[in-house]
Amino acid sequence: MSILSEIKEAMISYNPQWVKELTEKALSEGVDAHSIINDGLIAGMNYIGAKFRDNEVYIPEVLVVARAMHAAMDVLKPHLIKDDFKRKATFVIGTVKQDLHDIGKNLVIIMLEGAGYKVVDLGVDVPPEKFARAVEEHRPQIVGISALLTTTLGQMRTTVEHLKPYRDSIKILVGGAPVTQRFADEINADGYAPDAASAVEKANELLGL
Amino acid sequence: MVIVGELINSTRRDVAGAIARRDGAFLKDLARRQAEAGADIIDVNVAVADGDEVENLKWLVNLLQGAVDIPLCLDSPNPAALKAGLSLCGQRAMINSITAESHRWDEILPLIQQYKPRVLALCMDDGGVPETVEDRLRIAAKLVDGLVGAGVSGDDVFIDPLVKPICINTGYGMTALKATRAVKVAFPGVKTICGLSNISYGLPGRRLLNRAFMVMCVAAGMDAFILDPLDRPTMSLLDASLALAGRDEYCMNYIAAARAGKIEF
Repeated sequence: MSILSEIKEAMISYNPQWVKELTEKALSEGVDAHSIINDGLIAGMNYIGAKFRDNEVYIPEVLVVARAMHAAMDVLKPHLIKDDFKRKATFVIGTVKQDLHDIGKNLVIIMLEGAGYKVVDLGVDVPPEKFARAVEEHRPQIVGISALLTTTLGQMRTTVEHLKPYRDSIKILVGGAPVTQRFADEINADGYAPDAASAVEKANELLGL
Repeated sequence: MVIVGELINSTRRDVAGAIARRDGAFLKDLARRQAEAGADIIDVNVAVADGDEVENLKWLVNLLQGAVDIPLCLDSPNPAALKAGLSLCGQRAMINSITAESHRWDEILPLIQQYKPRVLALCMDDGGVPETVEDRLRIAAKLVDGLVGAGVSGDDVFIDPLVKPICINTGYGMTALKATRAVKVAFPGVKTICGLSNISYGLPGRRLLNRAFMVMCVAAGMDAFILDPLDRPTMSLLDASLALAGRDEYCMNYIAAARAGKIEF
């Protein structure tokens, strides 16, 4: 088995220490840091992401794999020249105004980072203006808006409306327990994802990646 | 121990359907069975049923009041729905919930002062969902001081420490338990309450985790639960844990439950 397959294998057997050691070994053998990320770490994360989407693994198992990925990234960081590692796209994400829920949003972030996105997390209780400012500042290709309360779905609509001037340059993805495809269509979002793993797939699809 | 029966909740598909097609028989039966199983209060949540929340809640409050003679717990963050529901309640209701978030506080406090319901106060404020025991205690202090200062009897205040799922952080179980204990120590006249299902989110065998957590909550001094009273093993464990925690004098409730054939394990 190649060392990159071994890294993927270590990722999906929930062994952060092994992932870290294999990453160090791969570097010492002269394997390129980008290959380690793409063909080892991201490959492992994608595998777990698909299992999670299919309800075959549980959230804590995803978190362990994410921790393994972070441990390996710490090892790789000095070997990545600044901006050398091309993130596939920038994703701005936040929970709407008056909504303080972040568990689902944070899972989406883990999945996106695991898939190679650069993620700008605006946190919770994010007013529409702050989404707009983040779009101007970070120039993302895609914006994710989360809401967990039936009472804050209106804020999601307001936020999408507020982002209207930027619609030529961004896609908008929405999600959260009370959100449905019908609602996403009604408020004119580009896409809806029912869970964290499908959020990545939907983002890839919207961006043609 | 106060038991709030949780089954009339529109996030359950059969309940949402019954509300939408005005199936009063189904909902009355669900309320009655919970009362017979030991519920002291019936939670009523219509938030995600089709149709207008205010109209749905008014219909359901009128319906259920004729079916059971225990109070209702109006479960909505929407002040208009709470007001409509409270104005119809013959008995003193409970509301679920107020928080220390300023917009919610300002909207809901006047309703509490006007209708004097029991109040479920959730430990959240403008700073968001609390992380630590200290955060929870600080928010609980704001809630208790604010409510008691506004004339609410401490006995009517039920502080919910805000239980987060252990699948995200395995420390969250003990955080909720320690916060419950801390609230009981800091505000002896005030009650504590929590639901059981948040703790097990994202994990297999949720009922088992919910039941185990309930037992631990009883040991921490929890005064009330929002739960499914039709779940016999849960209710049996509740009787057993109250006896074990010294909260059932001479174990008389436990003995009575056993004699009545209600203990199931």
